[in-house]
Amino acid sequence: MAVGKVTFTKAEREKLAEVLWLLNWISVVTGAILFGLGLFLKIEIQKWQEVMSDQGILYVPHMLISTGLAACCINFLGGKICLDCADTNKFLRWKLVMMPYVVCTFFFTSCVLAGALMCYSIRSQLEESLFLGLRNAMRYYKDTDTPGRCYLKRTLDLLQIQFHCCGNTGYRDWFQVQWISNRYLDMTSSAVVDRLRNNVEGKYLMDGVPFSCCSTFSPRPCIQQQVSNSSAHFNYDQQSQQLNLWRRGCRQTLLDHYTGIMQSIGLTVLLIWLFELLVLTGVRYLQTAMENVLRLGDPESESDGWILENSLAETARSNFNIIKNLGKCYQIDDDPNINVPTAAAEQEVLSQQVQIPVTS
Amino acid sequence: MAVLRVKFTKTRRDKLAQVLWILNWISVATGAILFSLGLFLKVELNKRGELMAGKDIQYVPNMLIAVGLIACAINFLGGKICYDCVDTTKFLRWKLIMLPYIICTFFFTFCVLVGALMCYSMRGELEESLNLGLTEAMRFYKDTDTPGRCFLKRTVDVLQIEFQCCGNNGYKDWFQIQWISNRYLDMSQKEVVDRLRSNVEGKYLIDGVPFSCCNINSPRPCIQQQITNNSAHFNYEHQTEELNLWMKGCRQALLEHYNYIMQSIGLAVLITWLFELSVLTGVRYLQTSLENVLRQGDPNSESDGWLLENSFMETARTNLHIIKTLGKNNQIDTSNNGDPNINIPSTSKAHYGPDNMPPKKTSEAS
Repeated sequence: MAVGKVTFTKAEREKLAEVLWLLNWISVVTGAILFGLGLFLKIEIQKWQEVMSDQGILYVPHMLISTGLAACCINFLGGKICLDCADTNKFLRWKLVMMPYVVCTFFFTSCVLAGALMCYSIRSQLEESLFLGLRNAMRYYKDTDTPGRCYLKRTLDLLQIQFHCCGNTGYRDWFQVQWISNRYLDMTSSAVVDRLRNNVEGKYLMDGVPFSCCSTFSPRPCIQQQVSNSSAHFNYDQQSQQLNLWRRGCRQTLLDHYTGIMQSIGLTVLLIWLFELLVLTGVRYLQTAMENVLRLGDPESESDGWILENSLAETARSNFNIIKNLGKCYQIDDDPNINVPTAAAEQEVLSQQVQIPVTS
Repeated sequence: MAVLRVKFTKTRRDKLAQVLWILNWISVATGAILFSLGLFLKVELNKRGELMAGKDIQYVPNMLIAVGLIACAINFLGGKICYDCVDTTKFLRWKLIMLPYIICTFFFTFCVLVGALMCYSMRGELEESLNLGLTEAMRFYKDTDTPGRCFLKRTVDVLQIEFQCCGNNGYKDWFQIQWISNRYLDMSQKEVVDRLRSNVEGKYLIDGVPFSCCNINSPRPCIQQQITNNSAHFNYEHQTEELNLWMKGCRQALLEHYNYIMQSIGLAVLITWLFELSVLTGVRYLQTSLENVLRQGDPNSESDGWLLENSFMETARTNLHIIKTLGKNNQIDTSNNGDPNINIPSTSKAHYGPDNMPPKKTSEAS
């Protein structure tokens, strides 16, 4: 019993072929859109990859890019096939290719779905990566003379200015990091030496933040030193403190930024997946209808089209058998050149031996 | 003697009309581009409108917007006219309008040229406007509690961060302005009071700059206070230190930004002007050749097209004469006895016959 059987007249078949040709060309465009979205995501991630500790999340845009390119190729081929399917003679050219094409496209659409789901599942990995990356960036903020780390100060300053954030979780993270290099500390000053001695690891820690944490919305000039000491500054009340620096942590801000981008991209990819599935269903119907027409012999007659010839369970069983038998290809079975004494021949010999003593 | 006379066969006339139809539609598109360029310039100027004072430079984008809209309308009409010009009968419909249309379009292209030149000449006014505006903005930087000025601090900070500049001409401008409000100065401290007293106008001036002047490319944490005091900071020499603060002045940075925009726009408008001029020339040739065809009577014959029927000097003379006589329309013309209803005793001598002898007074009486 076929799954989803539909009867097609000749006119309906031709209409289906034309519509599918058009839809395949639209799918080429959506494949290009997919490619563009992957490229955009790659560029966005690479902009701030210095504050991410592992580059593993780049597999998401790579997946989207390759899926987009594959979509373009597959749908281009599909467009050519559907254009030829309007004519029964030209269909013979594609008859052997169509079944593998449909199977390939089915697996390809599942790749598109995987790409869409990846966009949503990446969040926790991204958070971990940002946490470690920002912590390292803050630690190496002062190392502007070390090759390989000399750009971290600039990157972090730009990040805090552009995204209106400060530190990893908040501005207090800067209190636990030495962000002023020893090159610029006057070791002859007693204040400096005392502070260094006070710290267990010999780090110069202070309750101050870099200038990039300053908020542009503050009504007063920025207070960067002795931030937590309200008596050190005149008229430094609670409201001044709230508006003085950026309150959000950069990890949260970047996470929100990327989650927003990837949710939009994921939604678009899901829509593209539904569209591809629709086109695939149409191509399957066209393929089965055309094959049935050839089987019936009369190009003008009606024919049936279906998604699966038998029910789902039977199709699964027959496919498993095919796969199992594929595995047995190389076993030697029934080779007439080898003399393998069979059990029946042995019994014959035994009965002959039993009979001979009677006649003698 | 006609200026630039060209012969047109019927097929060439038809071809010319078709080509002009397409070119007119392309001109509609360029008119739309002109409109959007004017809109873009207006938006860009308004973005930093708080930093510009005095001179009104909005006339440049307004001119471009108006010219763009007029270009769309004129070229749309031109497209319709040229479309009809392929057929001589349809041309009769437009015959009377074409010459005024061409004259209007000629003056309009002149406006486009003026618009292009304005883009280049705006620079001087813009510089003055920015100079005044930036000085004012820096002066009111501290007045975040005064309505009407409370946003200036944020505007200046964002400007200095975005354009990577500091102050009007340089960072030293901040040394001459009190940019810390008295609300945040501890008047009980001796240093504060001393500094206020030592200034003639009672302003709190320091050799420090706001945080937005800090250069992100600096290898060391930003030095904002006591900038000119080398001994206040370890390993610091302010004369050679170029990476600590932004060295460029904001007026210079903004001028460069706007110059770049306006040069690009000016170039685009000049190219549009040349294109419009070529379309106008084509329409003029089409008009003259079609009129000559009508004059000759045979729609399939060759005809001449020109830019001007007579030489440039003659055309100028005739036009000036027409304008002069236009002015005299309403005057009553007495020199030639124009109006027969008015009895004006003429001062000219009476004509008494061929020998022009006045009749003898006959003395016959009774």
